[in-house]
Amino acid sequence: MSTMLEVRGLAHRYGAGPDAHVAVEDLAFTVAKDELACIVGPSGCGKSTLLRCIAGLIKPSAGEVSLHGDRVVGVPDDLAVVFQDYSRSLFPWLSVRGNVEFPLRTRVGSRAERRARAQEALGWVGLSDAANKYPWQLSGGMQQRVSIARALATRPALLLMDEPFASVDAQTRADLEDLLLRVRRDHGSTVLLVTHDIDESVYLGDRVLVLSKSPASIVADLKVDLPADRDQISTRGSSTFVELRTEIARLLHDRQPAPAEPAPAAASASSSDELAAERFLAAEREEAHQKTAT
Amino acid sequence: MRPVYRNLIGLAGFFLIWEGVGRVGLVDPTSLPPPSEVAGTLVGLLGQESFIRDVIATMLAWLIALGISIAVAVPAGLLLGSLPWLRSSTRVLIEFLRPIPPVALIPLIILTIGSGPDAKITLAFYASVWPILFNIIYALDDIDPLLLDTARSFGNSRARVLATVALPHVAPFAYTGLRLSAAIALIVTVSTEYLAGSQIGVGAFIIDEYIAIGGMDEVLAGTVVIGFVGYLVNEGLERAGNRMFRWSDTTRAEALT
Amino acid sequence: MSRVAGFAQRWAVFVVVVIAWQLITSAAQDVYFPTPWQIVQQGWTLWFTDGDGNVAIAESVTEDILPSLGRVVGGWLLSVVLGVALGTALGRSRTAMDYVGPLFAFFRALPSPALLPVFIVLFGIETGMKLALIVFACIWPVLMNTVDGVRSVDAVKTDTARSFRIPRTQWVTMVVLPAALPKIFAGLRLSLAIAVILMVVSEMVGTTSGIGHALRSAQRQFDLTSMWAWIVLLGIIGYVFNLALLAVERRALRWQPTRSGAANSKQTAKAGG
Repeated sequence: MSTMLEVRGLAHRYGAGPDAHVAVEDLAFTVAKDELACIVGPSGCGKSTLLRCIAGLIKPSAGEVSLHGDRVVGVPDDLAVVFQDYSRSLFPWLSVRGNVEFPLRTRVGSRAERRARAQEALGWVGLSDAANKYPWQLSGGMQQRVSIARALATRPALLLMDEPFASVDAQTRADLEDLLLRVRRDHGSTVLLVTHDIDESVYLGDRVLVLSKSPASIVADLKVDLPADRDQISTRGSSTFVELRTEIARLLHDRQPAPAEPAPAAASASSSDELAAERFLAAEREEAHQKTAT
Repeated sequence: MRPVYRNLIGLAGFFLIWEGVGRVGLVDPTSLPPPSEVAGTLVGLLGQESFIRDVIATMLAWLIALGISIAVAVPAGLLLGSLPWLRSSTRVLIEFLRPIPPVALIPLIILTIGSGPDAKITLAFYASVWPILFNIIYALDDIDPLLLDTARSFGNSRARVLATVALPHVAPFAYTGLRLSAAIALIVTVSTEYLAGSQIGVGAFIIDEYIAIGGMDEVLAGTVVIGFVGYLVNEGLERAGNRMFRWSDTTRAEALT
Repeated sequence: MSRVAGFAQRWAVFVVVVIAWQLITSAAQDVYFPTPWQIVQQGWTLWFTDGDGNVAIAESVTEDILPSLGRVVGGWLLSVVLGVALGTALGRSRTAMDYVGPLFAFFRALPSPALLPVFIVLFGIETGMKLALIVFACIWPVLMNTVDGVRSVDAVKTDTARSFRIPRTQWVTMVVLPAALPKIFAGLRLSLAIAVILMVVSEMVGTTSGIGHALRSAQRQFDLTSMWAWIVLLGIIGYVFNLALLAVERRALRWQPTRSGAANSKQTAKAGG
């Protein structure tokens, strides 16, 4: 498998001097072609900063990012981003089709082909009939599907997703997760998805990168050993899934970054942390249960 | 660089260009006197009692007109905004009255009211009542029904809902209307003084200077004074508004006329 | 039925007021207040008959009304183009408004009719002066609102556009200007009202054509019925301008969400009524 994305020694700080806020510290990882990698980390840990650095939207303070071997300076041509806030990321003055065609204007010369590509991408996300509507006429989940279609229509080498399903309700979220898996399986894309939801990262990812609290650094890089065909109920119920999410929850909760091997991490945690971890896991279980129940 | 310095640089640049076009001979200095000359005239004028009286007369007419506008437009707006049948039956009438440019009424006012202070107050009132009125009606239309339902679900009476939910919602819109009204009222007050042959007021001062001696520096100095007053009032209203309505999404209130 | 009833309700008060006006003025026989019917007749004579009483487009239409409309529309359009272009450029720059902002805010606050003498001396009393004055008065609300609107593009849209690497022209025409449009239209409405005011004012002072001139000379000749006819005409012109701008605005801002279908129909009723 060839490497699509390589991040080396990435660091970013806001401001300068002693007051500087270090958002990301010395990050290194790679994402292989056709892989779906999830980055999971606590809220406010610098995930978005990391993603913006990779997208070339901000210039990192140190380190470098390369996409299929080319160093990223500014936004690369063949990259697309899906943001969390679909209501602000879609252009309200453009119809659904207009939004999907928006990035194609410079990429595809002929008007007819643009239209065809947009229609195709809308078909992938099941919105062929909504092309002439305006975004506000659609539900939140449908709006996010439009922005996914818009990103896919450019046929990006790398699709970056920043908490893409964090602003929709639980049922829609499950639908969108399955939609992402299906679209990826059918069209083979490389995806890097950032989330704070442990279950989501395990459910979607081929790999999960666990980030520490701010400043963000990688605590663990876990392979998700689940079959490619996943299912909201049976996958989430499988023992592999439960083990992985428990492990990630531990990693995330531990104050200290865990050593490279995750297994002894729990053992080394202090007793008070243990107790808090228990509560945290119980809450997580509860939530997962509710999700599968609906 | 601090924004204040940039402000000052911008102003200085403008004055230099103005001074320059006269000096170089692009414009005849008697048509457009340079700022150095206007500044001298301005200082002189500020020491003249009669000019100060003109400024005060204009300001007073302006303020009184705005006061009457508020007194009329706020209750009228609330009434029209909360009684749909009343609004729909008066709509055509209002839609025909509003677009009449206030200065078009100057000849009529001269003939019926004369050219005293009540003439300019009447016209400035006529010009400034609409923005407040329309913003209030619009705001009442725009109010989120969910807010009203919430208030009613707590068992509030109709009057209480109006006072606790509708009024705070309307206030920033009405205030934006007031700012627009203030600007238009000043234009109309000065125009009336100017065209109706008022005895006193900055507009009268300007036209007298122009007709009597063609003194462009006096005209400009008078304009600068009244413009500066208008600027201060607008800035003051804006700052006070930002402070009072910090909770409101003013960008939406702003997008109205 | 509701349609007819709504129409009747909307126009009933207007009709009643006009009838009352007719009755009161014809009873009072006040020289200052001619009856609406007399005003309409006078308007007909002024604009649609030649000197011998035959039906024709009168000289005053070509000599006064058309030049006035040309000045208002021309001056306003000029200031819209200039104001939007300049406002977009200034709004895109982070520091430019720091330099010129206070100056422009001052210009906006100037009661521009007061500058009429200066403009007369600089540009003469003909159309050039009127256009210049209208542009000078109208450009500031358009410009300042454009700057405001251009600056209101939100961060996520900026990031989205950047992440797709769109060229600058597409960025300005498809993201910045549409985002600024609601504010720009607020500026346009205000400046259109100002344009009509300045058209009248500039024509009232030392000029030989235009509605303002006709109005002023009717007043001087104590021809009150004509004066009223001109005032009513200005009202109609203002009304039509408003309606036209509203139609353009509703088309351009079609994409804006409405709270409900009810709000939508209300707007339609407003525009139609």
